[in-house]
Amino acid sequence: MFSPGDLLVIPFDDWINDFVRGWLVPNFRPAFRAAQVPITFVLGWLDDFFNMLPMLLTTGVFALAAWKWAGRGMAIFTLVGFAFIDMIGLWPQTMTTLAMIITSVLFCAVIGIPVGILAARSDTTWKVVRPILDIMQTIPSFVYLVPIVMLFGVGMAPGIIATIIFALPPIVRLTNLGIRNVRSDLVEAAQAFGSTGWQMLVDLQIPLAMRTIMAGLNQTLMLALSMVVIAALIGAGGLGLVVNTGLGRLDVGGATAGGVGIVILAIVLDRITQGLGEQNQTRTVSLREVLGNLIRFRGTRPVGDTEKAA
Amino acid sequence: MAAKLTVENVYKIFGNDPAGALERLANGQSKEEIFHETGQTVGVQDASFTVEEGQIFVVMGLSGSGKSTLVRMLNGLIKPSSGRILIDADDVASAAPDALRRIRREKIAMVFQHFALFPHRTIAENAAYGLKVKGVPAAERRRRALAALEQVGLTAWADSYPSDLSGGMQQRVGLARGLATDPQILLMDEPFGALDPLIRREMQDELVVLQKTLKKTIVFITHDLNEALLLGDRIAIMKDGRFVQVGTAQEIVSEPADDYVAAFVADIDRGRVFTAEDVCNDPAPVKLGESTAEDAMRAMEDLNRNALHVVDEKDKLVGVVTYQDLAAATLDNGAPDPVLEEVMITDYPTADAGQQLNELYGPASAGLPIAVTDGKDRLVGVVEPEAVFAQLSGEENGATPDAPAAPQTPQPAKQDKQEERAHV
Ligand SMILES: Nc1ncnc2c1ncn2[C@@H]1O[C@H](COP(=O)(O)OP(=O)(O)O)[C@@H](O)[C@H]1O
Ligand SMILES: [Mg+2]
Repeated sequence: MFSPGDLLVIPFDDWINDFVRGWLVPNFRPAFRAAQVPITFVLGWLDDFFNMLPMLLTTGVFALAAWKWAGRGMAIFTLVGFAFIDMIGLWPQTMTTLAMIITSVLFCAVIGIPVGILAARSDTTWKVVRPILDIMQTIPSFVYLVPIVMLFGVGMAPGIIATIIFALPPIVRLTNLGIRNVRSDLVEAAQAFGSTGWQMLVDLQIPLAMRTIMAGLNQTLMLALSMVVIAALIGAGGLGLVVNTGLGRLDVGGATAGGVGIVILAIVLDRITQGLGEQNQTRTVSLREVLGNLIRFRGTRPVGDTEKAA
Repeated sequence: MAAKLTVENVYKIFGNDPAGALERLANGQSKEEIFHETGQTVGVQDASFTVEEGQIFVVMGLSGSGKSTLVRMLNGLIKPSSGRILIDADDVASAAPDALRRIRREKIAMVFQHFALFPHRTIAENAAYGLKVKGVPAAERRRRALAALEQVGLTAWADSYPSDLSGGMQQRVGLARGLATDPQILLMDEPFGALDPLIRREMQDELVVLQKTLKKTIVFITHDLNEALLLGDRIAIMKDGRFVQVGTAQEIVSEPADDYVAAFVADIDRGRVFTAEDVCNDPAPVKLGESTAEDAMRAMEDLNRNALHVVDEKDKLVGVVTYQDLAAATLDNGAPDPVLEEVMITDYPTADAGQQLNELYGPASAGLPIAVTDGKDRLVGVVEPEAVFAQLSGEENGATPDAPAAPQTPQPAKQDKQEERAHV
């Protein structure tokens, strides 16, 4: 049988290799290395900080936060869960993972919220940003692990960079959505009174979009957690490393222990940030509206993967 | 009075080829044809009008007739496809963004159909929004916001949130927000359209009262002709993006420009459109001490009236005498000249010049002419009961179309003809 491959063979893989190895890496490696400096700095600081805090203090603070924003049941779960993690001997790894998650989410927010705002204010920007987000969400994360290693080397910071790429889309999408969903007559009113774009953003759009933005932050956080294991493949530590090591040695117990730690951390962080989002509820965006938005969002995004991966 | 706002040949085409659509309009194609052939929507076509300082200009039309588009072009929220919009000497249509922003901050405020209050801000903060945008310091902002809230009677709610307020109250806040910056021009896009009828009436009356002291230049949009007639110093009726008639309430009701307007006018509440002033005759009082009963009777015969009002030496209104009573008195005592004071009725109905006809049903049913006074017992006109009912029923429309249009100078001859008809 004839097939197009008989006619022409495209050395696509070679092209990519040439592009990455022959051009990107030699020319830009120093630039990429420099780009990871802030990440290394924040991560190092947070890692030291959480590992320095006494376990009881950290647990207490988390339990209080859970109580305030997620109810008493969640506070009890936090106490029991964290105690369990400590008793299975994974407390330091959990703190490292926590530091990694917070660093990733922080950078996602710093990058994603402004991008989301820009995308919301200009259809052209959104037309450019949207396919990029689609690509980021559809490419399996293993695909970009190799170029990341080539450009950034192995270690914690490259792991975080991979996590950021993976976890960035929801915060951009939901910031964009939240701002676009601010009632158009309110935007018109702000304009009619002579607001500048900045005044409108600060006085009206961000406050009213806050709930949706918080929902995006929560999703970003969950995606970051789901990358913990994969990031460990390129040298990030923490609970992901525990799971990987367990898998490598066919040590079911070790891998499961790491997995349980991740799940406990995920539940606690999820509930607290969800509660925070509710707290921030503004008076216009009704709960139904927000849920509607989330459902629409979930329709295009495999959020269910979060739990599976974790 | 100076023209505050001048709109000259303004067009708005929604779509990607406004020039093409404008050309088709110039060739006489209709909004519908243009939409079918090119997909361009004609929002507003060839609107021209001026609004005098301190006047209310009402634009009335059905949904989709282009009212919102028109009013949004006045403050530059929508850019016209062609034409000029002058506020004082500034052309809004061609203003650069920062010039436009300055005009919006200084000169022109807007009140919205669905209130458009900021849900996350208190009532006082909402009212202060225009000031905040202008960079007014917080303390002064609050002071001025509270003053604006006071005008609409909502000071007590200053620290509540919009969701705590009823629709009518929310729109009062919307109005206070518009007033707080003390703009010269107020744009109101169906401000009472989302309120239920009772509240709507209340708000209309309040706006009338408020405008007496505010004297803002107002462009008011509505789909309710009664509202238009009640509020408008001048009214434009809009259809398919174009003005079909512009005029005063009385002009529109008495001389509808075409069947479209006539159909609207058919079911309006005439009692709210016309005032005592519109149906009153010249006062022809008889003076105590000067006129005799005989003079009075002769005057009535000349004027073809059944009764005349009586004033004292200082022109102060004191009563009314009827032909019937005078005739009876003359016969009774046989004396040729009964004293006016003895025959005169002192319990007579009165009204203000601006009073709506539907408030005159009661006084008119007494059968005596209603004295239109200036509030200081001085007679400025006389309303015959028949004239009230004739005007309410729209009877005199065909007969004397221009009489209501020139209410300040009633022409006795015509008015008399009117009365004759009413007597029949
Ligand atoms: N942004 C827009 N894009 C396209 N067509 C519009 C737009 N805004 C209004 N129109 C059209 O312009 C016409 C006038 O609308 P509008 O001014 O809102 O009418 P009204 O306020 O009298 O109900 C309608 O036919 C409407 O469909
Ligand atoms: Mg409208």
